[in-house]
Amino acid sequence: MSIDVLMPALSPTMEEGTLAKWHVKPGDKVSSGDVIAEIETDKATMEVEAVDEGVVEALLVPEGSEEVKVNTPIARLSGESAPAAAPQPAAAPQAAPAPQAVAAPAPTPAAEPAKPAPVAAAPVAADPEVPAGAKLVKISVRDALRDAMAEEMRRDDGVFLMGEEVAQYQGAYKVSRDLLQEFGARRVIDTPITEHGFTGLGVGAAMAGLKPIVEFMTFNFAMQAMDQIINSAAKSHYMSGGQLHCQVVFRGPNGPAARVAAQHSQDYSAWYANVPGLKVVAPYDAADAKGLLKAAIRDPNPVVFLEHEMLYGHEFDIPDVPDWIVPIGKAKVRRVGKDVTLTAHSRMVGLALEAADKLAGEGIEAEVIDLRTLRPLDHETIVESVKKTNRLVTVEEGWGPMGVGAEVVARVIEHAFDYLDAPPLRVHQEDVPMPYAANLEALALPSVDKIVSAAKAVCYK
Amino acid sequence: MKNSRALSLHVPEPRTRPGDAPDFSGVDVSRPGAVPRPDIATDPREIRDLAYGLIRVLDDHGEAVGPWDPRLDADVLLAGLKAMMLTRAYDDRMYRAQRQGKTSFFMKSRGEEAVAVAQAMALDRDDMCFPTYRQQGLLIARGYPLIQMMNQVYSNERDPMKGRQLPSMYSSRETGFFSISGNLGTQFSQAVGWAMASAYKGDTRIASGWIGDGATAEADFHHALTFASVYRAPVILNIVNNQWAISSFQGLAGGEATTFAARAIGYGLPALRVDGNDFLAVHAATAWAAERARANLGATVIELFTYRAESHSTSDDPSRYRPADEAERWPLGDPVARLAQHLTVLGCWSQERQAAQQKALDDLVRAAQREAEAVPALGSKSSSRVTDMFDDVYAETPWHLRQQARELEG
Repeated sequence: MSIDVLMPALSPTMEEGTLAKWHVKPGDKVSSGDVIAEIETDKATMEVEAVDEGVVEALLVPEGSEEVKVNTPIARLSGESAPAAAPQPAAAPQAAPAPQAVAAPAPTPAAEPAKPAPVAAAPVAADPEVPAGAKLVKISVRDALRDAMAEEMRRDDGVFLMGEEVAQYQGAYKVSRDLLQEFGARRVIDTPITEHGFTGLGVGAAMAGLKPIVEFMTFNFAMQAMDQIINSAAKSHYMSGGQLHCQVVFRGPNGPAARVAAQHSQDYSAWYANVPGLKVVAPYDAADAKGLLKAAIRDPNPVVFLEHEMLYGHEFDIPDVPDWIVPIGKAKVRRVGKDVTLTAHSRMVGLALEAADKLAGEGIEAEVIDLRTLRPLDHETIVESVKKTNRLVTVEEGWGPMGVGAEVVARVIEHAFDYLDAPPLRVHQEDVPMPYAANLEALALPSVDKIVSAAKAVCYK
Repeated sequence: MKNSRALSLHVPEPRTRPGDAPDFSGVDVSRPGAVPRPDIATDPREIRDLAYGLIRVLDDHGEAVGPWDPRLDADVLLAGLKAMMLTRAYDDRMYRAQRQGKTSFFMKSRGEEAVAVAQAMALDRDDMCFPTYRQQGLLIARGYPLIQMMNQVYSNERDPMKGRQLPSMYSSRETGFFSISGNLGTQFSQAVGWAMASAYKGDTRIASGWIGDGATAEADFHHALTFASVYRAPVILNIVNNQWAISSFQGLAGGEATTFAARAIGYGLPALRVDGNDFLAVHAATAWAAERARANLGATVIELFTYRAESHSTSDDPSRYRPADEAERWPLGDPVARLAQHLTVLGCWSQERQAAQQKALDDLVRAAQREAEAVPALGSKSSSRVTDMFDDVYAETPWHLRQQARELEG
């Protein structure tokens, strides 16, 4: 039996690296612990050790290959006691392997009519937001966010970015790549490590009429800035009787990353969405990331902009039009269905779409609604959908009690109670702090299977 | 067994408590005129002594002495005296209004009038102020209408803040005065951010923030000093050390071990420690810091050493935690009396003029109060502004708030 050696990840966020050197050649016998290769990223170098015993059957990626995606098979070992089993079906052994999506389904964004629908027929609604005939280009969420900031900074000298490591280091997740080079140190400002301090600074600068973009390395660190966000940013306009605007964007990754444990893996959607005076946005794909961030920067109110670390590297189609803006406060039907409504935001949209694919295989047509904005919440789109499907499952990455799903369910009950054919169900993180161990982490989080089960339950199937 | 001593816990205590005779022997008061006045461009490392001295100009006889004498025209001094007296008259009137049940809450600034008034006069009219509780003198010195302040205190139909803020926490964009920090300290980093924004824009205005001795224990204070130092923000960071944070004496915030001005040294910022009851010293120190900020030399920390002569607010009783006659024994006197004495020495003031001005100001305040009290209360039957409650949550009122407003109107 052959065993594939996969490109390892040096860190939870590494997506690709360079295969610098092979220490073995085909025919070499290796045992567990032997160094077989060296890989590099811009941050570190690491030796790859064999995990199993065997004979090197083939090197699948040549020495010196760059941008080798994590989890790509890089070599194949033949196991010692290998019975002549069926040949490995997967893993196209090419030098330039296809990128392997880690978690997300790469949904077919609208207006790509040529592509055959995978399981169900025409699951995607035509997207009225994309101008007819607009060319689509592939771009990562990371670059979409970057482009949004760069475009708004070109447009308005009052817009600036500040945060930890945003300038010289280009952002902890490289979202501010090349911004320092283009805009200089006056507008891309590295700060001391105190979220409460630079949030206060941003609020003060906003009161002076500037439009700060305050980056949190993650929203976990924004906990100590809560007083400035809730008590100052959200309330200044109101408490001053409308005299002082506070036009500021607080942005950064929110929600669980991978394997970073309880203090670095939490979803603050419901926390911020509870507060009047704030707008709260949580996009899923690149087009929304860009269009909504541009709208957030222009919005005269404080906007909390929740990104997702696990989505930064994902590529999506985005309309190649000048000044692409997506209005805050509008949900989006990402898949049309008649049997059950699934609501989700941020990374959970991908899981909901994947679940919808599976459900279609079982004869259940799910409608998937991407909330996109949590405050104000576009419940009309949800209510209209439930009036059609009569069933509702909400999906969120955060905890359930007092959560986004709870709010969605309450609004549906308020506005479409008589249309419901089953009690709505909520899929969310288990009610525990996030465990570190990978298997426990996976169990604690919502999954495609959990969404499928919930959808079937409300359909009584 | 080791011959070691048991550990003991130190909890700071003020020298005197109710029933004791006030004791200010621990207060180290420099001789007026003794502290040197350095050039604004001096390296902060060379003037660390200023954090431990006390800049004073007015001596016990009412003469202005030493290098910090700002040599102000008599007209300026007379205007300063008038603004301080008006602040006191206003405070007294509103305090009485609270006692009569006309408002729920009020904070007087008696004893600290020179801090706000002299600083307002040393700053430019359009410099931005981020005050804490007892700087209503800034508004009065800048000519903000008394009636507007009263409308705010009464939360009536003409309250510029539409009934959304505690009495005494005024904001006026036009007057460059913003207070929202009921939770203490947030204004300090906001002042630094505002100042940095002014520098970013290439503007000429500077910012000034105020914080109390007690709130220097808040993290915000330290964030503000860090950022002000790192980015050389054009800001003045004032610590009003009035000895008391409600019932906690300044020793509980760290004042036993060092001066509050000395906090600046660790951040590489220059610090001035000033007799806060000396109008001329406060004016001179503020002008020095403002000039430094305008010259792009960065921030200055000023400790204004003063005494809170009344309760913290209408909600506490100082006789429960300090000797009742402490204020009268404060070794640095009363700011209004000291400036009046100086003007008398200069030959342009007298007891008669003082009494006449007092009466004129009292009448002015009473007239404004009558006018404010004639305005209907918010939420009363005649008020059309109840549904304003839903305005300004966002720059544009969203539909769900408009709907809630309609439901309330019934």
